[in-house]
Amino acid sequence: MSEVLLSATDLGVKRGNRWLIKGVDISLEAGQITTVIGPNGAGKSTLVRSLLNLIKTTSGDITTIKGLRIGYMPQKLKLEDTLPLTVARFLDLGRHKQHQLSPQLWHDLLHECRADKLLNHPMQQLSGGETQRILLLRALLRKPHLLVLDEPVQGVDVTGQVSLYNLIGQVRNILGCGILMVSHDLHLVMAATDQVICLNQHICCSGHPEQVSQDPAFTDLFGPQGAGNLALYNHQHNHHHTSHGDIIAGEHHEGCDHG
Amino acid sequence: MANFLLWAWLGGLMIAAVAGPLGSFMVWRRMAYFGDTLAHAALLGVALGLLLQVNISLAVVLVCLLLALLLSTLVHKRIIATDTLLGILSHASLSLGLVSLSLFDHQSIDLMGFLFGDLLAIGQHDLLWIALACCLVLVILVSIWTPLLSITVNEELAQVEGINVAWMRTLLMLLVAVVIAVAMKVVGVLLITSLLIIPAAAARRLSSSPEQMALLASLLGMLAVTGGLALSWFYDTPAGPSVVVIASTLFFLLFSFPRSFRLS
Repeated sequence: MSEVLLSATDLGVKRGNRWLIKGVDISLEAGQITTVIGPNGAGKSTLVRSLLNLIKTTSGDITTIKGLRIGYMPQKLKLEDTLPLTVARFLDLGRHKQHQLSPQLWHDLLHECRADKLLNHPMQQLSGGETQRILLLRALLRKPHLLVLDEPVQGVDVTGQVSLYNLIGQVRNILGCGILMVSHDLHLVMAATDQVICLNQHICCSGHPEQVSQDPAFTDLFGPQGAGNLALYNHQHNHHHTSHGDIIAGEHHEGCDHG
Repeated sequence: MANFLLWAWLGGLMIAAVAGPLGSFMVWRRMAYFGDTLAHAALLGVALGLLLQVNISLAVVLVCLLLALLLSTLVHKRIIATDTLLGILSHASLSLGLVSLSLFDHQSIDLMGFLFGDLLAIGQHDLLWIALACCLVLVILVSIWTPLLSITVNEELAQVEGINVAWMRTLLMLLVAVVIAVAMKVVGVLLITSLLIIPAAAARRLSSSPEQMALLASLLGMLAVTGGLALSWFYDTPAGPSVVVIASTLFFLLFSFPRSFRLS
């Protein structure tokens, strides 16, 4: 087992009379990708924000290793037009005085994030996908032990989503950091994940992706349709797609329902 | 040149120099209305200073800071929409200030001076205080420039990166309060925000980095002070409003430039 970077027990956040999350136990390890999935309003962002100490928790304890450096990629970045800020300057703001990437690694990541040509652009002129890549790059600048991504592919088209998830996987391999990711997208995330946590105020089920997708609680949460779609992803090798994305009929195994 | 004109000019220049970077932050953080509220509260500070017989500038700083802290607490609790809250507190404090000032002996208080400034009444002694306050604000502002910029870009990101966001916010409000206390002499409580906001907004069109905008805002502010004083001297117009008129003229002139024009 690798080093536990951050663990929380019995985490709860109450606003008014309503528990946004309750009784959540979570443990994040170095080199592991943990994905939190759940329907809208399940408390995914609340969980992440309470782990980051951005909001007050009502119950529970959070323990971290000493000097834990977190790289955080917020859901979106809203920048005032009145602030003249280039991409390079924005990235500079995220640099850590002591812990910096080696020039080689910085160069590699800059290239991986396809940010080399964006450095002199004003932040406000970036597209959605470009903004997300720059946010990811900034989170990486501090050589984080733990990378926290709140819906990293928001506002990115499907092709961009696939490449962004690939990028995140590569980052884990390069930096060896732990990753906590929030998503409501079941399909793309599962492939690149070591641990899945299904959240709906409390943890419905958790474990390896295959394990979770078999769990009745998972089917309850996303409905047979959603869960079936996921099975489709897992069994993708059973069929092929034409260049238009239509499914070519082949031998299907049970549970592979294309509706 | 008459001495009093020189003092007025120097005092105005110093305040404009500090107002540049501070005003830029107010523009970036959408604090224009917030600044107005604090400035109006300054009048209440004046009344309180007279009542308790303490230094008026000190009373103004304290009242502004208290109101700023009260404001951020109320905004945080989301009692009512922020602009409504600012509207209420802004005019409530202005009216409360006017009412309490009216209770004093009328001869001893120059109400118009507080409301619209009395730049030409700046003496050597005032100048010393303005210089001290401006230096202090500038030194603090420069030393916290990067974290302040970080929280302006994104507060959550800044907090995760280890910046004490609440402290930075309070510090910024304190600096605004100090500048309001000294700038009151120059343009008066009703026009202080314009001295902070207008040069910064005018500088935006020409700038491609935050520092450039701050520096340019200072220069434009100093230009406005100089022009305003000249206008006041030659045409006998009120000094404070003249400065604001020149600043606004600069703003509209610069915004008629093509959008693509930038200093590199």
